[in-house]
Amino acid sequence: MALIKTENLTLSYENMTVIKDLSFEVNSGEYLCIVGENGSGKTTLMKALLSLKKPIGGSITFGDGLIQKEIGYLPQQTGAQRDFPASVSEVVLSGCLNSRGIKPFYSIRERKKAAENMKRLGIYEIKQRSYRELSGGQQQRVLLARALCATKKLLLLDEPVSGLDPMVTAELYEMISDINKSGVTIIMVTHDMNAALKYATHILCMREDNIFFGTLSEFRKSEASDFLKGEGSC
Amino acid sequence: MGEIFVEMLSSPMLRRALIVGILVSLCAALLGVSLVLKRYSMIGDGLSHVGFGALAIASVMNLAPMTVAIPVVILAAFLLLRLSSNGKIKGDAAIAIISTSALAIGVMAVSMSRGMNIDLNSYLFGSIVSVSRGDVATSVVLAGAVLLMFVFFYTKIFAITFDENFAKATGTNANVYNMLIALLTAVTIVIGMRLMGSMLISSLIIFPALSSMRVFRSFRSVTICSGVISVVSFLIGMFISYIADTPCGASIVCVNITFFVLFFIAGKIVSGKRA
Repeated sequence: MALIKTENLTLSYENMTVIKDLSFEVNSGEYLCIVGENGSGKTTLMKALLSLKKPIGGSITFGDGLIQKEIGYLPQQTGAQRDFPASVSEVVLSGCLNSRGIKPFYSIRERKKAAENMKRLGIYEIKQRSYRELSGGQQQRVLLARALCATKKLLLLDEPVSGLDPMVTAELYEMISDINKSGVTIIMVTHDMNAALKYATHILCMREDNIFFGTLSEFRKSEASDFLKGEGSC
Repeated sequence: MGEIFVEMLSSPMLRRALIVGILVSLCAALLGVSLVLKRYSMIGDGLSHVGFGALAIASVMNLAPMTVAIPVVILAAFLLLRLSSNGKIKGDAAIAIISTSALAIGVMAVSMSRGMNIDLNSYLFGSIVSVSRGDVATSVVLAGAVLLMFVFFYTKIFAITFDENFAKATGTNANVYNMLIALLTAVTIVIGMRLMGSMLISSLIIFPALSSMRVFRSFRSVTICSGVISVVSFLIGMFISYIADTPCGASIVCVNITFFVLFFIAGKIVSGKRA
């Protein structure tokens, strides 16, 4: 059974239909890159997968024991967060909230989970530092660690490398790839076609009138990849 | 100085003001951290104006002020929250409309009352005389509830303040907690308004949070420091007000301004050393 399956999904953004009749599925262990022009509804699709937005048609179903609130999510950064007074460990721990329910404070088990994820992403040494003093790459690692605290199965990443320099970008991609190899399914929205071609197992390419979904090799053969050579905006 | 404090404590009126004031300062400062970071500072200001309107109407109609003001301000808090998140009118404009309307209605109500025994000045700028014995009991219960709720939901409040979308996506009902914050803020403002005045109460929410953010770098330390600054400012302000015979609300705000300047300078020095 597929981890996530959408059927004839139709989504709107500010009363305009941006996605119509979209059907695709993601199985456990896959790495799906969502590419496409600006305004093609990539972020709207992400929000729908996270149940932050209601579809106006079609359905999204979860399988393999995936529960909606157990999706790890790496959002695009907002301006307000950049000067937020919070320590690294406070931010990472907040990823554990979905297993707490109404109970207050965090248990030892959750603190351990947060510590493991911080070590995994190499930010354990800076856990007392303030989030707002970190570099862009470090901030993304903190948010990635938080997302890992929230999930064992699926990570949704919304343009994780925007604004990062090439070195840090490559590092972050390697980390995401390692996480994928450890069994976590990845869905990533990106503008970076090279990364999509290098890491993805499946591609969802969204253009206004032409949606492509398939494996990487199908994508390479398809005409959807043709326009990359021209514009490179996909 | 100690002697003067003992002297202050011997007056029942001042004792009541101190009890209510300490509790309100603490509640306002804790909630303030979240409100300031969520860019909701003006909601506190809007609510205090609504509170003024409600108090004015309550006293003109000879009703108990707190019992009228609390539900009205809570209602206004929910309305403001809705308007700022998804209204056609932008949040700041909505707050401006609601607060000036409430102010105007309040002033009209006061001016139309025949007796004219209502002291407009004390409503606007606060007075320790206005804290009655009944107020103390209500305030202690409400402030206790606010503090308990804040501590109990602290982790959730942090999560929705830092990143509302992530919190929602991982199953925290952000709308409920936003409403909770609005509710607690409304209650705090109504309790504090008699003492601080409706024009000045929102400074208790904003100043301590802003001051501690200059120096401290984690959410917990900012929250704790805000609480401490707020209570200390209140005590110093009351002290100044007592010995210099100045209005207590304004004195407390002035102490808060001083703290802000000190923390601002301290913040510059600390970050200069790190760089």
